[in-house]
Amino acid sequence: MALSTQSTLRVVLYEGQDAQPLEGVDRFSALTALLEKGFAVTRAVPGGRVAPHPRGSLLVLGNFAGREPQAEGVSAETPVRFQDITGLDAAHIAEAAEGVRAETGAAKHGDWKPWFPVIDYDRCTNCMQCLSFCLFGVYGVDEQNHIQAQNHDNCKTNCPACSRVCPEAAIMFPKYKAGPINGDVVQNSDLGKEKMKIDISALLGGDVYSALRERSDAAKARFSKERDDKKALQERQKCLAKLASAGDIPVEVLMSLPSPEEIMRRAEDAKAQAQAALAKQMQTS
Amino acid sequence: MTNAPRILYCHCQYAQVVPAEVKEAVLRKLCDSGVAFDAVADLCELSARQDPSLQRLAEGGAVKIAACFPRAVKWLFHAARADLPLDGAEVLNMRAQSAEEITAALFNVEMKPNLPKGKVTATDAPATSVGVPVN
Repeated sequence: MALSTQSTLRVVLYEGQDAQPLEGVDRFSALTALLEKGFAVTRAVPGGRVAPHPRGSLLVLGNFAGREPQAEGVSAETPVRFQDITGLDAAHIAEAAEGVRAETGAAKHGDWKPWFPVIDYDRCTNCMQCLSFCLFGVYGVDEQNHIQAQNHDNCKTNCPACSRVCPEAAIMFPKYKAGPINGDVVQNSDLGKEKMKIDISALLGGDVYSALRERSDAAKARFSKERDDKKALQERQKCLAKLASAGDIPVEVLMSLPSPEEIMRRAEDAKAQAQAALAKQMQTS
Repeated sequence: MTNAPRILYCHCQYAQVVPAEVKEAVLRKLCDSGVAFDAVADLCELSARQDPSLQRLAEGGAVKIAACFPRAVKWLFHAARADLPLDGAEVLNMRAQSAEEITAALFNVEMKPNLPKGKVTATDAPATSVGVPVN
């Protein structure tokens, strides 16, 4: 199921009418435990303003001491459950929430690290370089042929490579360690940085597609001549180390790349998709 | 009901890029206060899920957000189809600001909107570093 269609469980820590307020230290422990389990938590107090939860279930936690409050304005789309947490410590509160999550079939948090490209459309020029570059089908275009990050969970955790091919520094990974990829302000100097711009073609010595084809042919020839698996592996590792250091791409990502033939196929698919989007864009402008 | 801006706190649960002591101090201050707030384990995850609560938050008037860089937060909300109001959102950056600065701003009813505004080109990029752009 797509991430954007999964239902979620939202938790409300209720301290309004009919509930005894928690001690500050207990509130902090409970919230920390719930957040560490991946829940979104609303602390509700009388007169406070919080965002409602339109998709999925709602779990209301409170020191009710047997007097469960009445929910108002509950719709069938947003089932509400109450849980008395009187006397429970933080770990048990989080455990109770996890139990309700499992019972309601809501999305489990933490299985997927939210690592994906976030496009800064103030900077993006819709050049499609990211779409041409990504081998994992993360990018696509909308009905107006505007670039979008569409398949977030296809993205390779900790790999910021596409942000480095963006000529405008328009691609962010908010969990990246350094700016401007992490969302920090883009400086003029960032745009010219050697490390910022990986020219994969240059790295492979010319046109990326012919270079990959040559590498593939050379590898095949070498294999047929020498049948030396060890040498082929060393060559691949040497190339991967070069890519990893130039682009800060995790070695695990590079090691998990498919065969040269599959890379070629995916690269050509991505390139064709980008060219089609650009052509449509030209027609409509 | 009060007219104070709503508060959103992001715990950035799935990465170690926000200093733990800053997150803890901000959350502790929020918990010790009498204010209502929303706390999310990870804003990036909610954005990827296009969680409708982000849309409600974006449409609900003034909001202060304790998370990371304003540019990242602006486009995370956009990716969730929940554009924040440029004149009604203030982002406090737990990666770059101190917990004291952040909590002082969160509890101040005065808004200092600081989302990046509008299209920029390479030549518009500022030449010197500023942690959080203040308009």
